[in-house]
Amino acid sequence: MITSALFYTFAAILIAAALGVILSRNPVHSALFLVLAFVQSSVLWLLIEAEFLAIVLVLVYVGAVMVLFLFVVMMLDINVEELREGFTRYFWVGAGVALFVVIEVGQVIWYRSQNLEFMVRPESLPADYSNTKELGSVLYTEHVYAFELAAMLLLLAIVAAITLTMRKRPGLKAQDITRQVSVRREDRVRIVSMDSTKD
Amino acid sequence: METLLSNVVPFWSSFSGDLQLVLVSAAKVIVLLVPLILGVAYFTYWERKIIGWMQNRLGPNRVGPKGLLQPFADLIKMLFKEVIVPANSNRFLFVIAPLLSMVPAFVAWAAVPMSDTFVVADINAGLLYILALTSLGVYGVILAGWASNSKYALLGAMRSAAQIVAYEIAMGFALVGVVMAGGSLNLGDIVLAQQGTSIASWFIWPLFPLFLVYFISGVAETNRSPFDVAEGESEIVAGFHVEYSGIAFGLFFLAEYANMILITVLTVTFFLGGWLSPFAGLPGFADSWLAAPSLIWLVGKMFIFMFCFLWFRATFPRYRYDQIMRLGWKVFIPITIVWIVVEACMVALGIGPWSGTV
Repeated sequence: MITSALFYTFAAILIAAALGVILSRNPVHSALFLVLAFVQSSVLWLLIEAEFLAIVLVLVYVGAVMVLFLFVVMMLDINVEELREGFTRYFWVGAGVALFVVIEVGQVIWYRSQNLEFMVRPESLPADYSNTKELGSVLYTEHVYAFELAAMLLLLAIVAAITLTMRKRPGLKAQDITRQVSVRREDRVRIVSMDSTKD
Repeated sequence: METLLSNVVPFWSSFSGDLQLVLVSAAKVIVLLVPLILGVAYFTYWERKIIGWMQNRLGPNRVGPKGLLQPFADLIKMLFKEVIVPANSNRFLFVIAPLLSMVPAFVAWAAVPMSDTFVVADINAGLLYILALTSLGVYGVILAGWASNSKYALLGAMRSAAQIVAYEIAMGFALVGVVMAGGSLNLGDIVLAQQGTSIASWFIWPLFPLFLVYFISGVAETNRSPFDVAEGESEIVAGFHVEYSGIAFGLFFLAEYANMILITVLTVTFFLGGWLSPFAGLPGFADSWLAAPSLIWLVGKMFIFMFCFLWFRATFPRYRYDQIMRLGWKVFIPITIVWIVVEACMVALGIGPWSGTV
């Protein structure tokens, strides 16, 4: 009873936040609504006992990705009028995607109403069950190749992103910290001994 | 616990199980939070005293005996000052930003064990939970900077956000090493994995580089000196909280100190054996209270690191911004990655204190 009450509360906030993402005029507000939506979906995952995924969703998306996203959105001077120009053109694409999603969700609900064998709700597990451990043991044994492939892909993306920023421009002024630290007095100041008398 | 409660509350057993759990948790939260908030208040007093002494001054000494009531005087002053919301600022975000930076600093304490029995929420993925919550604190800073509609505030917020994101990675990698050594994501289990003879079995020795990286990153994450470019008085006035006054500023202040105490308790838990005694397992201390694990040890070790925070502030000049970025990305992250590899080799070869975990 309490679980379903919690579910409907958080699901309602999630939908409101998702609407806020597309309806608010200010891009920063949209990004913040997206943060709220992420937090709410992480709560929903907690309700279905997927603690690891819920915490990682907050850690990765809310804690890192959205921070950088907000960072960029705040720095940009976005012209909202310009973005609205293609509304009628893209409306049909968006409507098609929305229709597709609605059909899929309807299908899931229809399956559940049929009481099919494979849709039975799994039993809830004891409190000391660690799904982090379970996930790890599956990830590093059965799916180890897929996992390592994904890791390599990410590494490749990092290397590519770094090479994009590593171009050498002529006339670029940058400090070489090793040289700065290793500088000695003799390189900068010349001590001259002079007579104190004036003629 | 059960018998104690039935003595204090005669109709305790008539409550349902869920209600009992809620009441016990609420009581635990209060028992944890009240000393914590007092600790935060007196940490500010202690900071002013310590820095005063280091600079050959007396520090606060007017309110109460030896200035001991100074934190309350500060609080009352801030409560009665007007909170000014700048024109053309985003009112809602401006007001909610201090709360967003303070709440995660306190909520993270839920998973921190005070002893082997006292922890508010004993969750399996406690370490991940703490990482997730400490990464949320940056929103308060960013939103404060953006909602203030001020250039200085926005610059401070941008500096702070870049800095926190950079050091979070090094911090996360350092904790990977702790998880490998402790064999668990639960903070209580990590502490129990450090049991043994005296200080020799604490993780600080095999994980020394990670310990340094973790604590320094912690100083950077809390925007404390020498990494306090987000506030940078000499360049951008007061950074992200330049437009805040009264208790709204007070909340940022509280959040900063609460975060500092959180970093110290986490450092102690991960690397210095939490509530374990440094005299445990030594001959001659077998039956004395000195060898028994207790809260005294946890608080005592925390005090050392809290003092370090103040010491750094009093003695180090501020880092330049590009040097902060260099330290985070080019020094700390490689150190942690190399040490994780070294540690993996040690675990695989069965060297070190965790030889039994494989």
